[in-house]
Amino acid sequence: MSDPATLKHTPLEACHLASGARMVEFGGWLMPVQYTGIMDEHRAVRSSSGMFDISHMGEVLVEGAGALEWLEQLLTNRVGKLAVTRGQYTMMLNEKGGVIDDLIIYRTGEAAYFLVINGACRDLDLEWMRSRLPSDGSVILKDLGDDYAAIALQGPDSEKILRSLYPSCEVPKRNGIAPLVASDGSIPSLVARTGYTGEDGFELFVPVAQGNGEALWQNLLAAEVKPCGLGARDTLRLEMGYPLNGSDLSPDRTPLEAGLGKFASLDDAAKGDFSGRKALETQRSKGLPSLLTPLKLTVTGPPLRSHYPVLSEGHSVGETCSGALSPSLGKGIAMAYLPPSLATPGTGLEIEVRGRRYAATVVALPFYSK
Amino acid sequence: MNVPTDLRYAKTHEWIRSEGDTITVGITDHAQAELTDIVYAEPPKVGAEVKAGATAAVVESVKAASDIYSPLSGSVTEVNAELASNPALLNTDPFGQGWIYRMKASDVAEIDSLLTPEAYSAQIGQ
Repeated sequence: MSDPATLKHTPLEACHLASGARMVEFGGWLMPVQYTGIMDEHRAVRSSSGMFDISHMGEVLVEGAGALEWLEQLLTNRVGKLAVTRGQYTMMLNEKGGVIDDLIIYRTGEAAYFLVINGACRDLDLEWMRSRLPSDGSVILKDLGDDYAAIALQGPDSEKILRSLYPSCEVPKRNGIAPLVASDGSIPSLVARTGYTGEDGFELFVPVAQGNGEALWQNLLAAEVKPCGLGARDTLRLEMGYPLNGSDLSPDRTPLEAGLGKFASLDDAAKGDFSGRKALETQRSKGLPSLLTPLKLTVTGPPLRSHYPVLSEGHSVGETCSGALSPSLGKGIAMAYLPPSLATPGTGLEIEVRGRRYAATVVALPFYSK
Repeated sequence: MNVPTDLRYAKTHEWIRSEGDTITVGITDHAQAELTDIVYAEPPKVGAEVKAGATAAVVESVKAASDIYSPLSGSVTEVNAELASNPALLNTDPFGQGWIYRMKASDVAEIDSLLTPEAYSAQIGQ
């Protein structure tokens, strides 16, 4: 655990404590891991609605005449595909093709882009971005990470709830973004129809000033949206096979190894060069050393966790990265980097937990679908 | 938190119930509340030798795996098979249907070193 004195605090901390949260350290932040219980919170999001404090995530605004060209060189997906108000999942790679961070980029204006980056790597991301800014001033980068409180409203009832709270709000389509309400100052409130749970839902960004975040949290509570912590956020995203940076993604693994090749526009003639591109092309022509592979226990067994050995015919072939007990399936699920020859769905493997081996099979993503 | 007065307690939040020389072992109400949703339990094997203060079982919540330490030394005579299909019994009835294993103690004098209900209540701050 980090030194408590250096832990960063979300603007919604008082709300969490009032809702009975258990707080834990996550990526340098003091965050709620659960309120009533992970299973309970997980089910609420799958069946009705839940809300997550995502204020720890970073927001970066990129503007200027050179913004598009610069972002194309920075990110793997083709930014030029985005119409104004649309968003896309993308990654920022080092020169070796390894993942620095995965993020969502929204185009909020003709030459304005809003990037939402992972909380644990805000500083590293910004350092990387700033070091690559052109010197001619054609790209303006603003770190708005401390200016926003952010809440993810997730679950099948999300749209109904959003409309009841903001009757005049423009409700964006899936992966879109819209202004949330008229805001008081220079920082606009935004609502994006994105999330990390596999359910319909919204990510709401409001200026942290004047208690906007707390007011939003209270409004959602009054609408009977269930507060959910990082525990449920993790099981929900893993059931969908969404990767977690730092667990499934790392500066030593490429998007191709992580099975995220479709978010790297290697075959799009309009994309051009980007950081890590050469490494990806080399890897694609030579063959992948490993592939992030979804595994599910076929027997009743313990929850899966990181660093459990994965075996094929008695020999170790890798270890788990993300793992959990899937609340929806009642079975242990995990991701592991394995030799590509073992990554085909249906392949039988074993996972070792405290010296005992449990039968597992390679499955296709998502682990869970309704 | 419930702390039954007819049991003895380990500092590590296990309880024992003595019936003759048979000892039943489980985790306390305080422990289950701290662990939250228990989704898996791995009791010891029948016949296993357990040692006071050493890991005898594992219980897992969604977030974490936790070792359960045997309060006494001896051999395991029975395990709670119900926990395999219903580990939530550890949450809902920790002092009853959520028991983990039974054992024959090799040195019943070890019981004297366990906490009384009053001392355990004090330890958990109530």
